[in-house]
Amino acid sequence: MRRFTRWTDQRVEDIIGNLLRTGVIFSAVVVFTGAVVYLARHGQATADYRSFRGEPSDLRHISGIVRDAFAFQGRGIIQLGLLLLIATPVARVAFSIFGFALEGDRMYATFTTIVLIILLYSLLGSSMS
Amino acid sequence: MNILEFTVLVWAGSVIAGLLGSLTGLGGGVVLVPLLTLFFKVDIRYAVGASLVSVIATSSGAAAAYVKEGFSNIRIGMFLEIATTIGALLGAFLATRVSGSVIATIFGLVLLYSAYLAGRPRVRHAFDDIADPLATRLKMNGSFPEAKGMRHYCVHRVPAGFSLMFGAGALSGLLGIGSGAVKVLAMDQAMRIPFKVSTTTSNFMIGVTAAASAGVYLNRGYIDPGLAMPVMLGVLAGSLVGTRILVKAETKWLRLVFSAIILLLGGQMLYNGLAGRI
Repeated sequence: MRRFTRWTDQRVEDIIGNLLRTGVIFSAVVVFTGAVVYLARHGQATADYRSFRGEPSDLRHISGIVRDAFAFQGRGIIQLGLLLLIATPVARVAFSIFGFALEGDRMYATFTTIVLIILLYSLLGSSMS
Repeated sequence: MNILEFTVLVWAGSVIAGLLGSLTGLGGGVVLVPLLTLFFKVDIRYAVGASLVSVIATSSGAAAAYVKEGFSNIRIGMFLEIATTIGALLGAFLATRVSGSVIATIFGLVLLYSAYLAGRPRVRHAFDDIADPLATRLKMNGSFPEAKGMRHYCVHRVPAGFSLMFGAGALSGLLGIGSGAVKVLAMDQAMRIPFKVSTTTSNFMIGVTAAASAGVYLNRGYIDPGLAMPVMLGVLAGSLVGTRILVKAETKWLRLVFSAIILLLGGQMLYNGLAGRI
């Protein structure tokens, strides 16, 4: 029984490893694509990060980022890539819930669900407060 | 400086930060934020946002390699992530309330402490097989592959480790770093988890912790695509190269050099923060 459990753990971790790698590579490709568009259009403008102004609201929220990216704006495409990158560990946690449930480990399925709720609150809910 | 030049220079600096970070195991974030604020004169809030994004990239990239080796303990990681993500959320909210000078001052202190930790020889402790009741109930005890076969270990002092992890998360959210050093301290020293298991599990946790504060940062407009782009691509490239040459490199000297750099940057951050220049 114990051997069986460990094998399942290892298998779940293998899948998680692949998920993480794919997420990082995919988001890096999207960021790079956005970089090419952004630098081709705005490369000659002056860089200014000395004072903090905060991003415009469309680059702060998921719907705005997606809209900008599909309008083929460089900064929007980069931000979409970064959003995918942030989503990668979230997907990993979500998959872990599935893994623990599969192993019949209710306690850890619960712990993992708590972590997922915190992550989703940060990504979706924190803008409302 | 125009955007193209700025992007190329920040990218090159990030490659070096990522390389040093992965070779020494201290992560790229600790040099990245001082590099951006002191050298490129970037506002610390943008710097912290960009650094946090790169932390997720390196953690996820490296974790993909580590999980296959069978060292990391997914249960310990997941349980402690409850503490780190709540801490990270709190740290990120705190970062939106305090001034840049306060963040710079705390950053400086953390750097000085990291330099001290990195320079100090690691205290080895004999790990025993006496099971802790709480750790046993939480199914944390495990085993990892060694030359002689699988080696069993028991986890201790779960509440102490959990509290330290909350602090590690808060620092991560406030400063945009992975705070792997504090995470390893919590697992290796407080919970008496074998070093190899501690470092790999910590790496696994860093990405999830950073994701918890990244959401807040994104919603508050701290993540600028123009700055985060060269930082993320640079740190990722640097750390990938770093993990490849890790086996051959003389890490003892590297750690010493890196500690000296961190000490210097820490002093600078502390001075500029206290003088209100950041």
